[in-house]
Amino acid sequence: MKSAVIVFPGSNCDRDLAQALRLVSGRAPAMVWHRETALPDGLDLIAIPGGFSYGDYLRSGAMAAGSPVMRAVKEAAARGIMVLGVCNGFQVLTEARLLPGALMRNAGIRFVCRDVALRVENSQSAFTSRYDAGEEIIVPVAHHDGNFQADAETLDRLEGEGRVAFRYAGEVNGSARGIAGILNEGGNVLGMMPHPERAVEAAHGLTGGRRLFEGLLASVVQPA
Amino acid sequence: MKVNVFVTLKDGVLDPQGKAIHHALEGLGFGGVRDVRAGKLIELEVDETTSDSDLEEMCRKLLANIVIENFRIERVEQAA
Repeated sequence: MKSAVIVFPGSNCDRDLAQALRLVSGRAPAMVWHRETALPDGLDLIAIPGGFSYGDYLRSGAMAAGSPVMRAVKEAAARGIMVLGVCNGFQVLTEARLLPGALMRNAGIRFVCRDVALRVENSQSAFTSRYDAGEEIIVPVAHHDGNFQADAETLDRLEGEGRVAFRYAGEVNGSARGIAGILNEGGNVLGMMPHPERAVEAAHGLTGGRRLFEGLLASVVQPA
Repeated sequence: MKVNVFVTLKDGVLDPQGKAIHHALEGLGFGGVRDVRAGKLIELEVDETTSDSDLEEMCRKLLANIVIENFRIERVEQAA
């Protein structure tokens, strides 16, 4: 699997994502700086990491969404290349309109940093194929603006089309209908607030995120 | 020319910051406050030739997130 991790000024989970990708796929991703206008050829996956891109100025993800590299990411997404946005990466994807809705300040005002239970709602996507539908996994969250909101019509459409990938099993941040992660219409773009890359090896104490990366790898490896 | 852009949360969108400010006001003993909504004021200094549609596009593309926010553009008269 050929992957790239986008790096913005203020990204701080870029190396965690790179490590998870290297561990699972055996191949180090390309690290692509935000000023680049082109991505490496032949990518299977683009990963947008967590952090505080551009210091969260204006709104979380707003400045990054307009950065040069995002034009190339949008083109790649339109061609069906897989895009994974984690935490700030999810915020960037909504601000770039690659995913619907918006991520607002947590309902409880506070930064939430803890392990949470997630229910896998859709196990049919490339991102979730290694999970069972309805399965619960434990993955850490660490965010201040994770409160997913969209109008009722958009929420109904997301649910009706099976585009809610993950839901919080308990209350975390006030997100509408407990939504923790969503897919785009084509199923090739996933945004999620929890950090699967922080739960991939025994030393993390949690491994609930590992199968997300394994699913991605399986989706691109041609069967023999 | 100076332009003020006011960005506010749409009606019906929960405003956790406004709520916290409201509670803080009550904590300071200020009664009679029924609701608080927090927004942003963005001050722009633009060329005289900047059109209304230019300004609106700036708001739609960057200054406001129209999924959750409204914006209001106010051209400020320069002091003579």
